[in-house]
Amino acid sequence: MSVIYLLITISIFVAVGFFVAFVIAVKSGQYDDDYTPSVRMLFDDELKKVKSEELKKLSDYKQTSDS
Amino acid sequence: MDTQRCFHCGLDIVAEAEIIFDEKTFCCAGCKTVYEIFSLNDLTSYYDFEKSPGATPQDIKGKYDFLDNENIVSKLLEFQEDTTAIVSLSIPHIHCSSCIWILENLQRLQEGINVSQVNFPDKKVRINYNPQIVSLSKIAYLLSSIGYEPYISLENYESGTQNVDRSLTYKLGVAFFCFGNIMLLSFPEYFEVKEFWLDNYKPFFRWLIFALSLPSFLYSASGYYVSAYKSIKTKMLNIDIPIALGIIIFFIRSTVDIVMDYGSGFFDSLTGLVFFMLLGKMFQIKTYSFLSFERDFKSYFPVAVTRINTDASEESVAVYDIKKGDRLLIRNQELIPVDGILISETAAIDYSFVTGEFIPINKNSGDKVFAGGKQIGKVIEMEVLFSVSQSYLTQLWSNDVFQKNVEQKHKSITDSISRYFTPILLLIAFVGFGYWIFKDVNTAFNVFTAVLIVACPCALALTAPFTLGNVLRIVGKQKFYLKNALVIEQLAKVDTIVFDKTRTITTNKKSNIFYESSPNPSEGGEPGKVMSNENIRLIKSVLRASNHPLSRMLYDFLPEMGRVKIDHFEEITGKGIQAEVESNFIKIGSEEFCTPSLSVSSPSPLESPEASGGERTSVHIQINEEYYGKYVFKNQYREGLEELFKSLNSNYQIKVLSGDNAGEKDALEQLLPKSTELIFNQKPEQKLEFIKQLQDSGKNVMMVGDGLNDAGALAQSNIGISISENVNVFSPACDAILEAGQFQKLHYFLKLSKKAMLVIKMSFGLSLLYNVVGLTFAVTGNLEPLVAAIIMPLSTITIVSFVTVMSNYYARKLEVRS
Repeated sequence: MSVIYLLITISIFVAVGFFVAFVIAVKSGQYDDDYTPSVRMLFDDELKKVKSEELKKLSDYKQTSDS
Repeated sequence: MDTQRCFHCGLDIVAEAEIIFDEKTFCCAGCKTVYEIFSLNDLTSYYDFEKSPGATPQDIKGKYDFLDNENIVSKLLEFQEDTTAIVSLSIPHIHCSSCIWILENLQRLQEGINVSQVNFPDKKVRINYNPQIVSLSKIAYLLSSIGYEPYISLENYESGTQNVDRSLTYKLGVAFFCFGNIMLLSFPEYFEVKEFWLDNYKPFFRWLIFALSLPSFLYSASGYYVSAYKSIKTKMLNIDIPIALGIIIFFIRSTVDIVMDYGSGFFDSLTGLVFFMLLGKMFQIKTYSFLSFERDFKSYFPVAVTRINTDASEESVAVYDIKKGDRLLIRNQELIPVDGILISETAAIDYSFVTGEFIPINKNSGDKVFAGGKQIGKVIEMEVLFSVSQSYLTQLWSNDVFQKNVEQKHKSITDSISRYFTPILLLIAFVGFGYWIFKDVNTAFNVFTAVLIVACPCALALTAPFTLGNVLRIVGKQKFYLKNALVIEQLAKVDTIVFDKTRTITTNKKSNIFYESSPNPSEGGEPGKVMSNENIRLIKSVLRASNHPLSRMLYDFLPEMGRVKIDHFEEITGKGIQAEVESNFIKIGSEEFCTPSLSVSSPSPLESPEASGGERTSVHIQINEEYYGKYVFKNQYREGLEELFKSLNSNYQIKVLSGDNAGEKDALEQLLPKSTELIFNQKPEQKLEFIKQLQDSGKNVMMVGDGLNDAGALAQSNIGISISENVNVFSPACDAILEAGQFQKLHYFLKLSKKAMLVIKMSFGLSLLYNVVGLTFAVTGNLEPLVAAIIMPLSTITIVSFVTVMSNYYARKLEVRS
């Protein structure tokens, strides 16, 4: 038997795997709202940055007021 | 420093009222409180994403008390268990990334909220909370206190959980999966040169392709078979018949090809065709999910009201449970849900939902009050006369127009073309078959199927969705929101336009106010007294405290003079407001209220304000017991109205319908073109009847209106457009929503819709050209799979790009001109 049968079978299975993933994603409602997640994914990072910035500001402020 | 803006809500700050807190400036205590809440909970990054994103929280004491009623709450919840409950709340204020951020961090503000998730396009937040720790009413109050007041109406009460139809997405996914894989697998055969290796694996590849085409053929394309079957049953030839026929012949011919080993079949073209047509369908559907085009009174009405029991206790009851004879308590800004009789002494009721007229009407004890009015001012009591379904306003919805659920009122342009297309196509196919059958039976069958395959009107079917979908997006960007793509075709057909008057061609945003100093006759005051700047300053300060719409309008009209502190402010329902400012006693309100008490008893001989006032609305001013004249309000017509009517007049019949009296007739006649028909004193049902009569005389009517009083006319007309000052606020059921600021562009939109039809027709010509080329291949019996695989995508791509480029070109060209 040729290896081509094996390869094509594998490739079809991989494709079906992606297709199933797509169906699951649609079913869970991921495609219902295509805007909010794009905003949401940026939040966490920014939050931490802001916090550290604020802490820095606070310490800066303390230093200047101490001196 | 007056130009400073509030850190929270971004409004201008008046120097005197400025509140400085935490080194930030705020315009009022409300905004400051929200900031305080956020900073206490370490949520100030709210202000980092967007500049001044907030809204001033409204005073809503008692508004959400009905959410303590468990029966009501259980109808609103999507899911409920002992420790978890999920609710979706609609919040109109959601508008930026800061909103998303704060609403998704609600759990940091309130214990008991587990997760909250925002759906931005829907303007909804889905909250998962623990009902044992926190109640829904508490959440509602929390949201209100940070400026995100949830909007809960009867609509929520009935719907509960909705099922979203995602079948088109699935079909598209399946079609793409099949198309992509088949393309890859059929690639080797395109370059077939009788190679030993290729020949060896041919059957394997072909049967695999066949298997892969099945889901696309059976599932993805199923919509076309159903639609074709329906249209045959109703004997209306639509475009789906040749499509379905083409697809089926495609499939059968290809299957025969590989079974008999004639060739590799056309599965690649077949699945590609299905994919592109579904893509077109998807493109055509552009929904504005935060808008609703199907509203009736339910989305205006509250879920519950306060009922006063016989033992004087208060209780929240669902609106549907109200019975005749119940006593209801209506608070400030609450909507009256049923018809009834006023028990409290006075009430000021704003019927703007019903009539479009926003100036409150005063009612006295014993007067009848109708559902749909909004109480302004003090708490009132009323007795119920009819239940919700029998009330005057809701009766309108029992009209036939609202019962019918006609999906498609008219034949679309593609359908009317396919009426000729299908017979001609079949004719060619049979002629070709008849010609070849005497020479070679095999070729005859080949030719017959090839004709049907090539002529399968995929280009034709793609033209309309892509053109209309594109135009839908273009006008959507200009704040003209269409219900669906079919509306554009309707727009192009319109020949008569009917406008509502109040709030459609007039606006209450910028009112036309002028000062008329009429001296108090009995006092002998000098005529022509001018309002001094000092007095304007005092008046404006007093007006600031009042929520009456006239006060708000006058407040906006008067120039900014700086603010003074006011004392002893009092609002007297149906009369006016009074207050003390810098030891000046100021009264603003109706005439009798502001005319010094002395003169009221002595009948004045002139009665000048009454005589000249006529049907005008005016606000009278009294300062320190002295009458200072009045401010007269006139209808302010929308900007560009005159030009719009002038340009529309050449192509359309224009009519103006008004629920008002004929007071503005002269002004309108001057403003509008001569041929404009003006009709006054129209009740909602009469408006509907008027439209019907026009339609019966063969007109295609477009109705432009607002408010619930136009709801019937909007539904009856061929195309109903609702004008809305703020698209987040609710508009009646209609085919399109136009933001008020874009009103003067109406003619542009109409012209664009006509051009869209032109683009479609041009594209039809182009696709017929492709069909002729393809048919020559087919009729001569030379249609190879490779030729089909080239022609099909080529025609698809050129058609799609042609219509997109052309519709964009026309959109820009027309805009430059107008």
